[in-house]
Amino acid sequence: MTKRYAMVVDTRKCVGCKACALACAAENNVPQGFMRSWVVEETRGVFPELRQQFLSERCNQCSEAACVEVCPTGASHFAEGGVVLVDHNKCTGCKACIASCPYDARYVHPAGYVDKCTFCLHRVQAGKEPACVEVCPTRSLHFGDRNDPESEVSVLLRTRKSKVLHPEAGTEPNVFFLE
Amino acid sequence: MRVNRRTFIKIGGVAAGAAAVGIPLAAQHAGGGRVLALDPGTDGDEVVPTFCEMCFWKCGVLAHVRQGRVTKIVGNPEHPLSRGRLCPRGTGGPGLLYDPDRLKKPLIRRDKRGTQVFEEVSWDEALDHVAERLGSIKNKYGPEALAVFTHGFGGSWFNKLAAAYGTRNTGAPGYAQCRGSRDVAWELTYGCPVGSPEATDIENARVLTLIGSHLGENMHNTQVQELARAIDKGAELVVVDPRFSVAAGKARYWLPIKPGTDIALLLAWMHVIVGEKLYDRDYVDKYAVGFDKLAEHLVDKTPEWAAVETGIQAGTIVETARFIAGARPASLVHPGRRAAWYGNDTQRGRAIAILDALLGAWGRKGGFYLPAAMSVPAYPGIPEPTYKPKDPVDMPLGTVFPFADEGLAHGLRDASLPGAKVAYLLKAWFVYGTNLPMALPEPKKTIEALKALDFVVSVDVLPTEITGWADVVLPEATYLERFDDLHVAPFKPSYTALRQPVVEPMYDSKPGWWIARELAKRLGLGDYFPFEHVEDYLEKRLSLMGSSLDDIRVKGVLTAPKQPIYIEEGVVPDIATPSKKIELFSQQLADAGLDPLPTYTRPDAGPPGSFRLLTGRTPTQTFSRTTNNRFLARVYDTNDVWVNAGRARELGLANGDLVVLVNQDGARTAPLPLRATERIRPDCVFMVHGYGHTSKGLKFARGRGACDTDVCTKTRIDPVMGGTAVNVNFVRIERVSA
Repeated sequence: MTKRYAMVVDTRKCVGCKACALACAAENNVPQGFMRSWVVEETRGVFPELRQQFLSERCNQCSEAACVEVCPTGASHFAEGGVVLVDHNKCTGCKACIASCPYDARYVHPAGYVDKCTFCLHRVQAGKEPACVEVCPTRSLHFGDRNDPESEVSVLLRTRKSKVLHPEAGTEPNVFFLE
Repeated sequence: MRVNRRTFIKIGGVAAGAAAVGIPLAAQHAGGGRVLALDPGTDGDEVVPTFCEMCFWKCGVLAHVRQGRVTKIVGNPEHPLSRGRLCPRGTGGPGLLYDPDRLKKPLIRRDKRGTQVFEEVSWDEALDHVAERLGSIKNKYGPEALAVFTHGFGGSWFNKLAAAYGTRNTGAPGYAQCRGSRDVAWELTYGCPVGSPEATDIENARVLTLIGSHLGENMHNTQVQELARAIDKGAELVVVDPRFSVAAGKARYWLPIKPGTDIALLLAWMHVIVGEKLYDRDYVDKYAVGFDKLAEHLVDKTPEWAAVETGIQAGTIVETARFIAGARPASLVHPGRRAAWYGNDTQRGRAIAILDALLGAWGRKGGFYLPAAMSVPAYPGIPEPTYKPKDPVDMPLGTVFPFADEGLAHGLRDASLPGAKVAYLLKAWFVYGTNLPMALPEPKKTIEALKALDFVVSVDVLPTEITGWADVVLPEATYLERFDDLHVAPFKPSYTALRQPVVEPMYDSKPGWWIARELAKRLGLGDYFPFEHVEDYLEKRLSLMGSSLDDIRVKGVLTAPKQPIYIEEGVVPDIATPSKKIELFSQQLADAGLDPLPTYTRPDAGPPGSFRLLTGRTPTQTFSRTTNNRFLARVYDTNDVWVNAGRARELGLANGDLVVLVNQDGARTAPLPLRATERIRPDCVFMVHGYGHTSKGLKFARGRGACDTDVCTKTRIDPVMGGTAVNVNFVRIERVSA
C-alpha cells in the first residue's frame, strides 16, 4: 500500500522551546534569516482565566497541495509518502507556490530556488526520524505512515482529538495537532 | 595506551542505530523506482560524543564533524541526561564554536581599565605576565588577596589553581545569586543539598507543584523530558506564579500569587494538611523531628489569613492543599533552582522542604530519589593545599552568614571595594567564564571594584563585558575543542561522562586545563598539576575505576548498573543532619538566632504605580553567555518586557512599543520592546535575563534588548546563607520617543 507520511504534534506536552525549529535549521543547513519550521504561541482569555497552546509548525505536506497545482515547471511535486518536494533544478523562483500556500511555509533560498520542509525525507529514507522529531525533548512530535493503521501516528489520530490548520483551504494537510 | 588527540573514535553506526525507532526501511514509492531525497549533507564523517556546556546541565551530545567542520549537534541516546534529545541551546553549539566575535589571541591591556585598549600577545608573554603579577600580589598582600570567580564545568581547573596558590576566596554567582538558598534549605532539613541535576523524580510524580519555577522555559533538558512524560501518564500540575508561565498553561491549578508571598501560601497549605491529618504520619514519625513544634507554629496560618496576603482565595488554598496531599507520596513540590528572590529564600526553601517531608515525598517514587554517585578516585599524589588563612572577612564560610557553605561572589566583590570595612582588601580577581558586570546585582559596585583592583585576569571564550575590564584576557577553547575533567553525577542511573575535543581549538585559543597548568608551573606550583597532558590525568582517574579513556570515548559516558533509589526499594536514607532525622524544626537555625520554622513577613510595597520587576529564563538562552549566538538568535534575538495588557492600555502603551524601565533609585535600562500580555499580574513586569550587552566585541548581541541587572540596584540579603535577592526592585515604564 502507498505510504502517506504524516506528523502528529501533541500540544498538551509541547513547551514551545523551539528545539524543533533549530534542529531543523541545523540538519537542513537552512540559511540564516529563514526557517523551515517555527513555533506559534496561542493564548486565549483574559487574566487570570487563560488557556495556552504551542504549535510546532512547518509545511503541512498537503494531499491536495496548492503549491504543486500552481507550479508551472513541475518543480514542486509529490515524492515518496506523499511528501511535497521542490526540485531545485526545475524551480525558477517564480513564487507562485509561495502565493498559493495558506501556511506561509515556503521561502526563496538565497541560491534562487524555493525551499521548505521536506519531512526530512533524506533521513526517513535512511530509517531515521525527521530532525525535529528526534530532538524534541518532550516527545511531542510523532512521525509515521498514516496508511498503516498500526503506526503510532494512526493510533494517535484514532484515539485523540486532533485538528489541522486552515481546514477551510481544502488542502488536506498531513500535519495534525492533538488537543 | 596513549591515545593520540586526533584519533577520534568513529561511531556513526551507533548514532544512526539508536535513532532508528521503528520506521520501516522498505520504502518503495508506489508505481516506480525509488528516488532518494536530496541530502543536505550535514551527517558527519565522524560523530564524536562529548557533553554540552551551552547551559550547566551537562547533557551528553553527539557532534557531527564533516571535513573538519562541526555540522550539527544532536543528543546522545546513551547519556542519562539527554536520552538522545536536546534543548534548543544544545543544538546551537556550532553557533558558539563558529562565532566570528570569539576571543582569538591573548590580550594585554595597554591603557587604563574601561578603555578597552589591548595588544595581542603570545601565550608565553601573557602567561609570564599573569604569573609575575599574581606572584607579586601574593608577596605583597598574601595569597588570599586573590579572588577567583568561576562558572561552568571548566572552572574546576582554576579552583585547583586557586587552592594551590593559597586562596580560599573563590565563588560562583550560581550560588548566592541562584541556587544556594534552596540547597542550604535542603541541607538544614535533609542534611544534603538538592544538587544538580536535581534528584526530583518528576516522571513518576502524580502531582507536581511548582513554586515560581518555570520548567519548560527554564529548559533543563531531563526535567522537561520528565515533565512531558509525567503529563503523558496523567500527572497534574499545580503552578504558583505571578506569571502565566508555560507550565501554568499545562496546570490543573494556576495560582497567580501576589509576588513575595509564597511562604504564606506554603504555611497555609501545611495548616490544612496537618489540620486535616492529610500528611504521611508513619513517614513523619519514622524520619522526622519537630512535628509538634511545626503543628503549633501552623495553628494560626489559616487559609483565610493567607488569602489576604497572597491574593488566592481561601477555598482555593484548601482545595489545592487537599489535591497535593491526595497524591502523596508521589506528590513533588519542586525546590526550584534560581531562588534568590526576596531575601527570605532559604526560609521559603525550608517551607518547601518541610511540605515535601509532610507528603513523605523525599526518598520516594514520584518525589525525590536517593542516588549514589559512581566511585571515581581523584588523581593521586596532588598535594593538600597548605592554607595559612588570615581572618576571613569577605563573608565566606561560617562568619557573617552561618550557613553559607560556598563563597559569595558579591561578598568577594564587596571586599574588593576601596574603603570596605574588612580586615584585608581583595586586590586581584581571576575570572573564569562568568560575566560579573551582568551577573552580579548592584552593577555600579562591580565596576567600582574593577577600577580599584591591582590586577584582573579573565579567561573566556567571547569578549564579554568582564573581558573589557581585565588587564589580561586569555582566550579559552570552547567546550567542543577541549577536554575537561570527568563529570561524575549521582543520577538515575548514576554515570561518569567525558568531555573531549570534537575539533582542534580554533585561532590561538587554549583549553582551560592547559592554561591553569601553565600558570601553576610559572608560579612554582607545578606539583599541583602533576601530569603532562590532560589525557594522562583522565587515563589515570579512569584506570582507578577500572576503565580507560579508550573505553569512555566510544559512548562518551559510563553508566552505573541500575541501583535502588527509593525507600520502597530498600534504600535506607542517610540523613546527615545533627539529629539524623529530617528536621522540620531546625535546632541549627534556632542556635544561630534565626527562625527555626519558616515565618512569613509581608513584602515591601513599591512606590505607587510602580511594578515589581521579575526576571526569568527562555529556553533558547543561558544568561548573557549565549545571546551573541547568531544561530540561537534565529528564534529569539531580543528580550522584551511583559506588562499586563490592561495596565499597558491604561498607560497608553501598545505591544511592540520601545520602552525603558526606570527603577526606584532612578537607574535605567536600555530600551527594549514592550509585550502587552494577559499572561502576567497587573502589579509586576517580567523580563528574561541575559540581553542588553554593551561590549563592543559582541557585534551581534550589543544593543539587543536590555539588562535587568541595570535596575537591580537594590538587593535583600538572605540572613541564612547570604544570597542576593533581586525581586525587590520596582520600575516604572517610560516610552522611548521615536
